[in-house]
Parts: sequence; C-alpha cells; structure tokens
Amino acid sequence: MLNIDSIQNGIVIDHIKAGTGMQIYHLAGLDQLDCCVALIRNARSGKHGHKDIIKIESMIDLDLDVLGYLDPDITIDTIRNGEIVEKKKLVKPKTLKNVIRCRNPRCITTIEEEIDHIFVLGENGKYRCLYCEQEPNKQNP
Amino acid sequence: MRHLIDPLDFTVEETQQLLALANRIAANPTAYQDVCVHKKLATLFYEPSTRTRLSFEAAMLNLGGSVLGFSSADSSSASKGESVADTIRVISSYADIAAMRHPKEGAPRRAAHYSSIPVINAGDGGHQHPTQTLTDLLTIYRRKGRLNNMTIGLCGDLKFGRTVHSLIKSLSRYDGIRFVLISPEELRVPEYVITEALKPRNIEYVEMTSLEEAMPQLDILYMTRVQRERFFNEEDYIRLKDTYILTADKMKLAKEDMAVLHPLPRVNEIALPVDDDPRAAYFEQAHNGVFVRMALIMTLLGLADKEV
Repeated sequence: MLNIDSIQNGIVIDHIKAGTGMQIYHLAGLDQLDCCVALIRNARSGKHGHKDIIKIESMIDLDLDVLGYLDPDITIDTIRNGEIVEKKKLVKPKTLKNVIRCRNPRCITTIEEEIDHIFVLGENGKYRCLYCEQEPNKQNP
Repeated sequence: MRHLIDPLDFTVEETQQLLALANRIAANPTAYQDVCVHKKLATLFYEPSTRTRLSFEAAMLNLGGSVLGFSSADSSSASKGESVADTIRVISSYADIAAMRHPKEGAPRRAAHYSSIPVINAGDGGHQHPTQTLTDLLTIYRRKGRLNNMTIGLCGDLKFGRTVHSLIKSLSRYDGIRFVLISPEELRVPEYVITEALKPRNIEYVEMTSLEEAMPQLDILYMTRVQRERFFNEEDYIRLKDTYILTADKMKLAKEDMAVLHPLPRVNEIALPVDDDPRAAYFEQAHNGVFVRMALIMTLLGLADKEV
C-alpha cells in the first residue's frame, strides 16, 4: 500500500469522487501553488469503495463554489499541528460566477465584452446559464 | 423597475391583469389613444423582424406615444462593436421604454441589467419571445373566456418551436389544462420541457403523430411552421415540412367552438380555405398582438388605466 505522509498544517480535500481529483486540481487552481500538494487517486474508502484525496501543505483560501459545483460530496479538513480542527461539508452554490464558461454559440456571452459567465442552480438541482438557460458541459468547462 | 424578459416573469395574477387590460383596450381603443403622450419607445432590433417591430410601433403610436430605433444591427452602433450593455445605457437617456430583438440568446437580459428604463424582450434567437406568448394567451382568453380547464393541441415542430415551449410553460400554471402534443418523432417536445413544466405539476399530456385522431378532443389547436433554418440537413426539412397540413376536411373533425392559432408566418401548414372558417383565429391573433403590447407598455411604464 502507498503511504503519503500526513500533514501538520494545511488542508485536505477528502471524499473526492474517484477519478475526478485531477480535474479538481486544475479547476481549483492548485496547479498554481508553490507549496507541496499531493493528489492521491483511487484511495480505498469505506463509504464509496474508492475516492481521490488532495493534501495541501499550506493554509490557502479555496474557492468553495468551484469545489461545491464540481463535487458537493467533498469534505474539506483543516489541519493544525497534525490535528483536524475543522471539517467542512460542501453544498452546491446557488450561482456560479466565472467558474465555468457557457459554450452555447448562440449565447450573448460569446460576443459581449466584459460579460460574466453566470450559472444559476435550478429547482431540479441543475445549473443553467443566466442568459441562454443552457446547461454547462461538465466535460469541457 | 419591471422588465419582461421571460414569459414567466409575470405571475398568473399579473398576467391576468395584463390580459384584462388588453381586453379593455380592444373593446375601446380610443379611450387609450393619449395615455402615452410625450412617452418614447425605442425599438432596438438587431435583426429584422418586420411584424414584431411594426406591432410594437403600432402599439406605442396607438397610445399616443412616439417611436425611435433601428431595424438591423448594420444600422446600429453594434456594427462599430458597441456592447449591448453600453447601447442600453445610452438609449436609457433617449427613451422611456425599450423593446429589444437580438439574434443572441440572453441579450435582453443583459440589457435589462444595465438599463434604467423597462426592457421588453422582443425575441432573443431561438430562446424566448414573451410578447408572442402573451398574444397567444390573450387570443385564447378572448376566444374561450378562460385560460383553465381545456385541452390544447400543439402541432408541427414541437422541438425547435420556442413559442410552443413558452406557451406550454405559461399554460401549465393554470388548472385543468391537458396537452395533446402532435408531431413527427423527430420533432417531439424536448424532454426537459416535459420534466420541468409538465411532470412537476402532474399535468396530463399525450404525444401523438396523427392530427386527425387528435382533432375531436381539442379546444385549441396551435399550429406551427417547420422552420428551414433549424435544420442542418435540407433532406430532413423537405421530408418533414409537409407532415401536417390543416385542411377544411380535417376541420370537420373538430369541435364547433375550437380555435386555431398560429404564430405566423405560415407556409403551407394551414390550407387557405381554412381562413374562412370562423374557428380560424390566427389573423385575430396578430391583431391581439398590438393590444397586448399596448397593455404591456402601459403596465411597465406604471400608467394607470383610467377606464377602471
């Protein structure tokens, strides 16, 4: 079994759906960090069978809206002196501003200067573009 | 400030008030001929739509107001690269209310966000056309005296027809509505319309391919045109365009008090002899479009109806 050292101070993004850790790594901007970041794929999980985990050896401000949109089942653990001091469960944000782009070629967002790409969470739990009401393409956000 | 961007922006009660006002205007248009004196409507048409633009202009002129605007993007500052947000901020200082037609979906919503005058969506690409929906509702209301407890048949292109989707969503808010969805397999109503508008409200609907079979049960028949521009493949368009043609013979199968609606323009989906049938309501529907836009302009400008 692969062992990754536990961190003393930092953040653990846990319970990531297996196979989606790399997408979260990029979309949450973790590839821009200078600190030590470990992505563990297909770790064994009692609850889900397998999961991905990301360990960040620094106290950074994570964009919880991005994470909540990508995978609302994620938990965020804050670690201080080797102990979990906070455990956050995520919820789907009501709106997403400039997290994902509308890919509908007929949408006003394709031609209007300086327009924010805004997606709104509907009653059915799905996001739609504020302008054209198309659902986002999760494979190509 | 109120805008009309989506047909569901108005509640059922607000819609009812608007239709009642349109009805009063239709009954006595001269009583409203000076309501908008010194008010200006800007018609911002980034793509040509003669019928809708003239309907808006006629509505404002009937109310005693004035009209300014452009009828294509070429004759607007959009051709110089100006954004919708900037255009509406400037127009807000020239006019009291604006009607916007734009080929891009969501452009009127963008405009409303930056506008200091009410914005009416006069059609944004294949997305929404709320004043057409209000026109359809007014025509049904004037013909039947109600918007509830009836069977509505929608026939033709139910996949790409934005007027169909908006009408289904709007009528779904009334009690006792039943839909008969008549289309070829390839042009069925999109699944999301069924899952979002019909199923949550337990609205009864049936999908059929035979217009003849559907005719006897309908209180309203809403015909649509199969639009060439929606097809990537010309062969598919040619194969499907003549699927449904409403003829005088088929009208014999319908109820005596059924009403036939069509958003117009038609191609050949309603045979000319049907025009003489008293159940043909589509030209009356175009006329109602002016009354409903008059009522809408008054409502969004907050002008009181002195006739009440």
